[in-house]
Amino acid sequence: MTTRPRFRSASLLAGAAMVALLLATALASYVWAPAAAFEIDVPHKLEAPSAAHWLGTDSLGRDVVALLVVGSRVSIAVGLIAVGIGIGFGVALGLLAAVKRGWIEEAVMRAADFGFAFPALLSAIMLTAIYGPGLLTSIVAIGIFNVPVFIRITRASALMVRSREFVTAARALGKGEWQITFEHVLPNILPMLIVQATIQFALAILAEAALSYLGLGTQPPMPSWGRMLNDAQLQLFRAPLLAVWPGIAIAFTVLGLNLLGDGLRDRFDPRLQRRS
Amino acid sequence: MPPGIARCASGRRHVSAGAPIGYFLARRFAGFVATLLVASIVVFTVLDVLPGNIAEVMLGESATPESVAALSAKLGLDRPALVRYGDWIEGLATGELGTSVAYDTPIAALVAERLVVTVPLALMAMALATALAFALGLLAAARHHRGGDVGVMATSQIGIAVPNFWFAILLIWLFAVKLHWVSAGFFPGWSGEEGGVGPALRALLLPAIALAVVQAGVLTRVVRSAVLDVMREDFVRTARAKGASPGRVMWGHVMRNAWVPVLTVMGLQFANLLTGTVVIENVFSLPGLGRLVFQAISNRDLVVVRNVVMLLAAMVVAINFAVDVLYVVIDPRLRARSAR
Repeated sequence: MTTRPRFRSASLLAGAAMVALLLATALASYVWAPAAAFEIDVPHKLEAPSAAHWLGTDSLGRDVVALLVVGSRVSIAVGLIAVGIGIGFGVALGLLAAVKRGWIEEAVMRAADFGFAFPALLSAIMLTAIYGPGLLTSIVAIGIFNVPVFIRITRASALMVRSREFVTAARALGKGEWQITFEHVLPNILPMLIVQATIQFALAILAEAALSYLGLGTQPPMPSWGRMLNDAQLQLFRAPLLAVWPGIAIAFTVLGLNLLGDGLRDRFDPRLQRRS
Repeated sequence: MPPGIARCASGRRHVSAGAPIGYFLARRFAGFVATLLVASIVVFTVLDVLPGNIAEVMLGESATPESVAALSAKLGLDRPALVRYGDWIEGLATGELGTSVAYDTPIAALVAERLVVTVPLALMAMALATALAFALGLLAAARHHRGGDVGVMATSQIGIAVPNFWFAILLIWLFAVKLHWVSAGFFPGWSGEEGGVGPALRALLLPAIALAVVQAGVLTRVVRSAVLDVMREDFVRTARAKGASPGRVMWGHVMRNAWVPVLTVMGLQFANLLTGTVVIENVFSLPGLGRLVFQAISNRDLVVVRNVVMLLAAMVVAINFAVDVLYVVIDPRLRARSAR
């Protein structure tokens, strides 16, 4: 069967195009529509789609397109920072475990196992109960959950690379363990980290939307896709379309990131192409 | 089949001689208890120690010093943190979780009446997701690289991308608002005049579907991939060459070996499903643990939040432990490997 690689390259292209469109939308929001997302115009609330408001208006008369466009910024910011926290701490600890081995490795890996007991929602509930809801709470909660994911993948990939001949050769040349780690191991595990980062980015966007929907994440007046769905549910009888657009925006973004992640993984690891 | 005896990949029975299952289970159980202990320390530290005086947090900034002092005395905050932690752990073990400040009701009773909604919902969703994933995953594997496979893979990719709470809102709109087939936002209970098993299951059906369809997206891909991997193994070719029927090959050889990766993901999925249940309960206003914890946050009832968070974390850890044990039951090769 020769059709599969073509599908995979299509997945990479489609994912890249969808993510590029999302980034372009978020960037465009700084020059277009930022005011409309905050302008309350109650006399024109819950209007149907028209030339003036392509997707209609919400319960406060705000333009839905403007809300979606500005909301994309929040999703991207939360995704980037939360994945950044995961990579920052997770990669450092994963490399430490792979290099030091012994009790340090055991301690780091048990801590990572323990981290999985607290999904982002549970961390967010605890943090909100004490510090109140907000964007920072959701970023920290999602970021904390990303750390064990990156610890596991970094350690496993680093151990695999460290068993290769070129690492033995570098060691024979007298290079130190950390020098080998930064010069040889890290560049070789980078593709796997990029793929995982794409997947975690998508999960972070889903988690942020859920937290905002529950009122634990982004707070008014800052628009976010999750909050838009919360407001839309209250208007389900009068304006059901309001509940459609933010969901499509979330699904489109997550689908784009997942396709990009799948495509990148196949590009970086051709063995997977042969297996499927 | 007696313990210690399993059917191997070739279909023959063999005794897993020398595999110290007791040692393996004891080690896993010790890890399970240690994780629970660390989880309890983290929960207690975050929700009881770090905020300082939790009576002040619970009563808000406008509280008088007298009311703060009264609540502090009621919660026993004058005692050292270590003593309070010890009491809490003892309470968790004996079911004495204290009293909710907002409801003035024993927390154990509150949790118990909410669990009868959350647990059946999670189980229903898992059962639906598993059934859907196996049907679609096996179909995709059977039609590998053909229309059916591409269709299932595309659908599952979309399923993974859809937020479950959005799907839930769409289901409410279609089945409750437009078609009036079900009433969303009401749970009649498992008994009583309006309640009963039938009405309760009916009320949980839409939320369970909302959870299951999205979970099935991931699981379908895992089933397909695991089945395809095993179908390429030599022992499957041998079984076919020996004249085994397609059904015997699939259920006696392929599925038996494909279960391990599927079970791994099911375990991880169940943890996701449990937190998803917290969200979905809020979408459908179901009186489960999710609603309880959110009401507790609104009421700043930190003692309830602490106990519910601990319970949910314990459920996640327990499911992972159960999956670890189940692996070994399913695949004796893992038992031998774990014992080394």
